[in-house]
Amino acid sequence: MTQPNQDDQPFRPPAPGSQPEYDAPDYGSTHKRHPTQALLHIPHTVTELNGPRFLPRHFPPLTDLSRVDGRDAAGQRIIVAGRVTDEDGRPVPETMIELWQANAAGRYNHERDQHDAPLDPNFKGEGRVFTDGEGNYRFLSILPGAYPWRNHHNAWRPNHIHYSLFGPGFVTRLVTQMYFPGDPLLPLDPIFNCVPDAAARDRLIARFDLELTEPEWALGYRFDIVLRGRGMTPFEEGGLH
Amino acid sequence: MPIATASQTIGPYWHLIEHPEMADLTRFGADGERIVFTGRVTDGDGLPVSDACVEIWQAQPEASEAFPGYGRAGTDVQGMFRFVTIKPGPVPGVRGAAGNAPQAPHLSIAIFARGLVKALHTRAWFGGERLNESDPVLGLIEPPARRATVIARQDGQQAGMPVWRLNLRLQGDGETLFMEV
Repeated sequence: MTQPNQDDQPFRPPAPGSQPEYDAPDYGSTHKRHPTQALLHIPHTVTELNGPRFLPRHFPPLTDLSRVDGRDAAGQRIIVAGRVTDEDGRPVPETMIELWQANAAGRYNHERDQHDAPLDPNFKGEGRVFTDGEGNYRFLSILPGAYPWRNHHNAWRPNHIHYSLFGPGFVTRLVTQMYFPGDPLLPLDPIFNCVPDAAARDRLIARFDLELTEPEWALGYRFDIVLRGRGMTPFEEGGLH
Repeated sequence: MPIATASQTIGPYWHLIEHPEMADLTRFGADGERIVFTGRVTDGDGLPVSDACVEIWQAQPEASEAFPGYGRAGTDVQGMFRFVTIKPGPVPGVRGAAGNAPQAPHLSIAIFARGLVKALHTRAWFGGERLNESDPVLGLIEPPARRATVIARQDGQQAGMPVWRLNLRLQGDGETLFMEV
């Protein structure tokens, strides 16, 4: 199983049902934006096997979203931490994670967000962290609010934090959303539910973690992320050509 | 064995992480032929996609402190994106493939947007390159007429840089050849 240097191995295709399909009928914005022609499967070449690296010098970490110029944002303070690994359980070290989210009232600090909820001068909603040598990351924020969207009658997005990750190759790039446990909006949300496999959906939900929670300060949530692994499973080796 | 985390849409508010300077891959002082890479993103009705995040990655020139190899650009109200980068050269081909022909110069493209539950991947090759004829990935595209949807055309100059244009059509007539990577 152990292969010391796999850097020239192709990345594995997604496990069945673990990723959403482009055509998601319940999510209206997909209707005119999903491809209708078959996708071309291409081999992984030097282009796909490598990817960008980000230097903290060029992209300074923003690990505290919970205040601006020392002034606290409104809302429930939260600590979010987790580990980024690949599908073989190996840590993904020193990779950049970009984060963005709505404020506690459910409004983004974005000109196109016209939801009638207050902006918070002490909350910008952008974060950026790098994993350490073991793939661990951590940031401080406030619990994002739910907000309405016009996908269907009385549609509300569950509380969520947007994540953008890169990993070792351009094809390990991942943009996703982290949700919160017990959110009654999750079963109603077409975006969350566009992932076919229930276990894969559940892995988008952070765990409340009392160990991570700091007394008299902030609630802790743990959200681990898995990026594509390298190397083919035995099943694929016979079929790739 | 763990399974890769599911993708979710980037949504309409991703500009909180946009940082427009990321559209200029030459900003750290890279050497080479500077070019503009631009185009329009349209949907199945031919309407501009004005909230897309377009990203490019190129393996050549090799990424370094002076050249990130990676760029990100938001589309404007007309659906237009615009990068400044260094024109890539050829890179090695597909390991194990017959002849191991080198790959013609190309950019890898990922498109994220509201309504895209995961990235759409494609490439841009450059019209007129001799190596396009033998490129092992371009040659996989059938019917060959669809290859035109991933070959950028030179279209004048901006600020002394040659402009390469490739429109990206998410759906419908002239739909871009998207790739499963």
